[in-house]
Amino acid sequence: MAAAEGSGAGGTLFPGLADVSISQDIPVEGEITVPVGSHSPDEDFSTLDEPVKDTIMRDLKAVGKKFVHVMYPRKSSALLRDWDLWGPLVLCVSLALMLQGGSADSKDDGGPQFAEVFVIIWFGAVVITLNSKLLGGTISFFQSLCVLGYCVMPLTVAMLVCRLVLLAGAGTVSFIIRLIVVGAMFAWSTLASTAFLADSQPPNRKALVVYPIFLFYFVISWMILTFTPQ
Amino acid sequence: MAAPGAAGGGRSGAPAAEWGGFEDNMQGGGSAVIDMENMDDTSGSSFEDMGEMHQRMKEEEEEEAEGEAGAGEEEDGEFLGMKGLRGQLGRQVADQMWQVGKRQASRAFSLYANIDILRPYFDVEPVQVRARLLESMIPVKMINFPQKIAGELYGPLMLVFTLVAILLHGMKTSDTIIREGTLMGTAIGTCFGYWLGVSSFMYFLAYLCNAQITMVQMLSLLGYGLFGHCITLFVTYNIHFHSLFYIFWLVVGGLSTLRMVAVLVSRTVGHTQRLILCGTLAALHMLFLLYLHFAYHKVVEGILDTLEGPNVPPFQRVARDIPVVSNAVLNTTAKAIALTL
Repeated sequence: MAAAEGSGAGGTLFPGLADVSISQDIPVEGEITVPVGSHSPDEDFSTLDEPVKDTIMRDLKAVGKKFVHVMYPRKSSALLRDWDLWGPLVLCVSLALMLQGGSADSKDDGGPQFAEVFVIIWFGAVVITLNSKLLGGTISFFQSLCVLGYCVMPLTVAMLVCRLVLLAGAGTVSFIIRLIVVGAMFAWSTLASTAFLADSQPPNRKALVVYPIFLFYFVISWMILTFTPQ
Repeated sequence: MAAPGAAGGGRSGAPAAEWGGFEDNMQGGGSAVIDMENMDDTSGSSFEDMGEMHQRMKEEEEEEAEGEAGAGEEEDGEFLGMKGLRGQLGRQVADQMWQVGKRQASRAFSLYANIDILRPYFDVEPVQVRARLLESMIPVKMINFPQKIAGELYGPLMLVFTLVAILLHGMKTSDTIIREGTLMGTAIGTCFGYWLGVSSFMYFLAYLCNAQITMVQMLSLLGYGLFGHCITLFVTYNIHFHSLFYIFWLVVGGLSTLRMVAVLVSRTVGHTQRLILCGTLAALHMLFLLYLHFAYHKVVEGILDTLEGPNVPPFQRVARDIPVVSNAVLNTTAKAIALTL
């Protein structure tokens, strides 16, 4: 450390500095919280030379593994440890694209629908994360965003199913089918994200964290259910 | 402050060596370069080593560690003795200003962007939240001594978001079309605008009327008052009867208004002040509920009139396919109940 050298040099050259005490435990700034970061210089070294296909496949496999975790929500920490936001981005964009054009009049808001969905998902996820942190949660900001984004996947599947059902017709039967499908997927999303997020809370406050998540997925489910194509 | 003291000391670089106060920290008859760095490091602890400056001393210790590291690197590279004195002095001044500015900025950032400021307001249990929700509908009787208001922000925040969700549902089922904006943006803007804006306005009025209430308490009070709004709108957006809405408006809205008014009255002295505060709050609260109910019907009625002329019966809603089943069921149920009663 330069500080130690300075005081060492001060001992011989500058006698006045000998008794200047400098605390050795200088707080280190910057994030070393993610253990993966410590590997990254080595990985960057070796991954520069690999073909692009390998890089892409590795990322795709990581994203796919997380999708599987969402489909079968077990309490594994893989989703939390290696968080990434690719999956949420893809899901959010695809959901927003599918929800576009569901307005009553065709002459306005084809655009705002996309922005609406995008903003709702990300803004809602940020608010839930802040809320869970303020309630004393131990999960980090991006980990929480990652979990909430990935748990939108059942609702994206529900949107696909709804669109297909609506292709067949828009009557009472199709409404009931859509209601059942969206309801089931909504419950799945909420349970999946609760399985990951509620563990990081003190035990008596789980309900306080679950309610905003419930509201968030409820709003998205409502947008999916009330979607009618042009 | 350490900076002007150090700058003042550094300007008189050579004579500074004779100051007794710094004797033990001098580096011998070197250049002012080293003196300034030194002064920056230790003048904090010499000048400000008083009882109440303990906090600053701790910070100065951290900074002097940084400064020492910087000084060590710099003096290795730039030690020119008396020759490049002016250039080095200028550089050192600029460097010091930069470091002071950086320190202040990071201190301000860690002070204001610290999420832990809000943490005490979220320290609640689910039981407490439920109790407060129910209490928000029960007017208190004792207005002779100040009623306790919990300064909590979790409940109000969740209620505002719930109101946003209910509003969105209402707008969708009444086919509201918002030009120049989005449905969600309007809903969020309305609800948060009401909560924050009216709270600030009422806090300002309370300040004028000498009421004993803090901003957080005002936010909390108004937020919990939105519970009545949520219930009313949830019911009346699904069952479309105007008379039902008026009943709910009076009863539910009135109860929550009475509660807020009673709490405020208990905290204000003087009849005029009480009247002003409570009248304003009651008016804003009830009018907001009225606005939320009617604002989104008007759009539909206006569009219907232009599209189909005056043949359309007044309170009809152009529903999408979703509420066809549920609306019909609910309406016939409500009609049947009204007939039997």
